[in-house]
Amino acid sequence: MVEGTGPPPVGPGPGASSPRSRWRLREAPWAVWSAVALGGAIGGLARHGLNLAIPHEPGVFAWSTFLSNITGCFLIGVLMVLVSDVVPRLRLLRPFLGVGVLGGYTTFSTHIDVAQVHIDEAQQLLVAGSAGFALVYMAGTAVGALLAVWIGVRATQAAFRARIAAGRR
Amino acid sequence: MTVLMVALGASLGSLLRYSMNQFVQARHDSAFPWGTYAANMTACLLIGFVSTLMLPEWAVALVVTGFLGALSTYSTFGYETFRLLESGAWFLALANVAGSIAAGLGAAVIGATAAVALQV
Repeated sequence: MVEGTGPPPVGPGPGASSPRSRWRLREAPWAVWSAVALGGAIGGLARHGLNLAIPHEPGVFAWSTFLSNITGCFLIGVLMVLVSDVVPRLRLLRPFLGVGVLGGYTTFSTHIDVAQVHIDEAQQLLVAGSAGFALVYMAGTAVGALLAVWIGVRATQAAFRARIAAGRR
Repeated sequence: MTVLMVALGASLGSLLRYSMNQFVQARHDSAFPWGTYAANMTACLLIGFVSTLMLPEWAVALVVTGFLGALSTYSTFGYETFRLLESGAWFLALANVAGSIAAGLGAAVIGATAAVALQV
């Protein structure tokens, strides 16, 4: 093709645009948004339920937030193997369960808030114990969360090994 | 009532996190998960702000437990850090964990200080 001849290429040709617009119709954004919103409500309620089941006094270890974050991390490890290798055709599974349910079930802000309360207490009381505890709590959650993701991913890969191998062939 | 507020707040928080992530991830090409980072830090700033307010029970359920709890996420944060480790990006993984914790605490303190300064 000689440069400077013919009209400049404007956007993709019809051959490229028609599958794209069909793809957009199938990926209706309202469906993804509804899945995220519904999943988020379910996840948030599950976290709230755990808070009620394991109440925590100020200054005491927030087991419920710790537990929701660790179990949520295990479950996202399971989910991501499922959506990428086992059932990739279920397009709404990731927005619903990953972004919505697990995103709503786990929390970073409450986790930081709990730690901040401990650090504030330590500043007011001029003791290091509470701030040290806050750092152990945050670092411990991070390490536990990464281990939980790793276990979730590897266990699911092992459980569906044959199916994943068949899908890749 | 409380249950309804948590559900409403959490669905709005999840929608905002999803759209923030879409917006941010479309605007950079680094491996660092800036989208989740932005949502988590925004939630930390706001939780610092509202934690100094004397909110009624329904508002705590709506804003703190529901909206801010769901705007932030640990599962995606954990998964993205795991993927960084798996791909050998040790520095980015460590930066994500240390940066999120340090900046999250800082953001919460700034939020709380702002609320006190504004005398709300």
